[in-house]
Amino acid sequence: MSSALADAADAPSFPERRTCPYHPPESYKQIGARGPLNKVTLWNGRRVWLITGYELARTLLTDTRLSADRTRQEYPTMAPHLEAQAARKLVLVGEDPPLHDKHRRLLNPEFSLKRARVLQPDIQRIIDELVDNILAIGPGADLVPEYAMPIPSRVMSALLGVPYEDHDFFQAATAGVMQARDQAQSQAAGTELAQYLGKLVDAEVRRPSDGIVGRLTEHVRSGELTQDELAQLTMVLMIAGLETTSSMIPLGVITLLEHPEQLAEFTSGEVPVPTAVEELLRFLAVTDFGAVRWITGDIELGPEYGDEVIRTGDGIVVSSTMANRDPGVHHDPHEFDISRGNRQHLTFGYGIHQCLGQNLARLQLEIAYRTLFARIPTLRLGIASEDIRMRTNGTMQGVERLPVEW
Amino acid sequence: MRTVGIRVTADRERCIGAGLCVLTAPTVFEHDDTEGLVSIVDEDPPPEDARDLKLAQELCPARAIRIEPNTAV
Repeated sequence: MSSALADAADAPSFPERRTCPYHPPESYKQIGARGPLNKVTLWNGRRVWLITGYELARTLLTDTRLSADRTRQEYPTMAPHLEAQAARKLVLVGEDPPLHDKHRRLLNPEFSLKRARVLQPDIQRIIDELVDNILAIGPGADLVPEYAMPIPSRVMSALLGVPYEDHDFFQAATAGVMQARDQAQSQAAGTELAQYLGKLVDAEVRRPSDGIVGRLTEHVRSGELTQDELAQLTMVLMIAGLETTSSMIPLGVITLLEHPEQLAEFTSGEVPVPTAVEELLRFLAVTDFGAVRWITGDIELGPEYGDEVIRTGDGIVVSSTMANRDPGVHHDPHEFDISRGNRQHLTFGYGIHQCLGQNLARLQLEIAYRTLFARIPTLRLGIASEDIRMRTNGTMQGVERLPVEW
Repeated sequence: MRTVGIRVTADRERCIGAGLCVLTAPTVFEHDDTEGLVSIVDEDPPPEDARDLKLAQELCPARAIRIEPNTAV
């Protein structure tokens, strides 16, 4: 570890939990106020660089001296359960070029903007069915299990070609890997998921179905991918696709309900749905930190960053929560402004690892918010807003329950 | 030589198919069907597109977009 980091007199603890669904903890604002480059202390005592400035984050995340290889001990682990092998050996997200690029290129055609738009009617049908169900069980429901969790689960199952009957298992297993209380729990969930996916891929290789996994078996037959790599890719797509979107949907609903005048502009169509979703993405920064990397070669920063040198082996964490609220980029950054429509945020990360599923995520969020408020216009919180509890496990920002009434 | 417009090029070797260029400047960029990577539909866009193009270039996570003045004798 570098001396600049080790000698840091004041390296506050990171990450801290949000108590409000959308506002960052006070400690984040204090760290951000010191400048774009900060030293923080992780749960295990390790000191890493925390980037809170948008420009510096973009500069670093396109630097080839940053590695995403999680199997290396230099890679900062952000929570105890992420020490588990199941969370450390992730294809694509935990790979560097050239292997990363090879795997990304196999998946790009499946997640292009055009491909996402083709899925629009299917996603709308899935979401309409869920609203039908909510209206049938109403006049009250918990939107976490009845809406937010099944949306990405059904969409991803359909897209990947995974039998929907298994969606309960998937939800539990992916949440088990990423939200486990400890390393053993995370590892157990990962092993179970890997076994299931191993069988699934085996069946798809023998008889490909009409989904992403079925189509990717072509690369197994051509020898480009091993069967094991395909199973791991499927696991990563599931983990990346489920928890992010299912955590984001309730946070957005709460934010809209808590800003009734802006919600009215949304439901009236005055503010286009994609514009509103982009601001929700910026404002809520559901992943909290957008990138975790370690450094493979000294990086000398310029005078605007105090000529600081980031040393080989140092860890870097990008706070998307704070970079999305960089006052140099956004006017009144801590205000929710539904018509802002600015894509200069790091919620999907930046650099070669930027979210593969972002087009699909945007589309699901657009349809989820539009449909919910159009079909249940009198929707309101079923509990006092101060009683909304943030989840205390995992690193993703989310609520445990979201009771609503209408 | 005088500047007569903008010339846009995109490096498909760098492109990761994020799609931000297509969202930001849809009359200039699109995703192709086979690889899901950037393709340019208008290489010589009108000057009024300059702001959107600059933003698309800035948002590109793979730094795959180049914008130059299109010069003519």
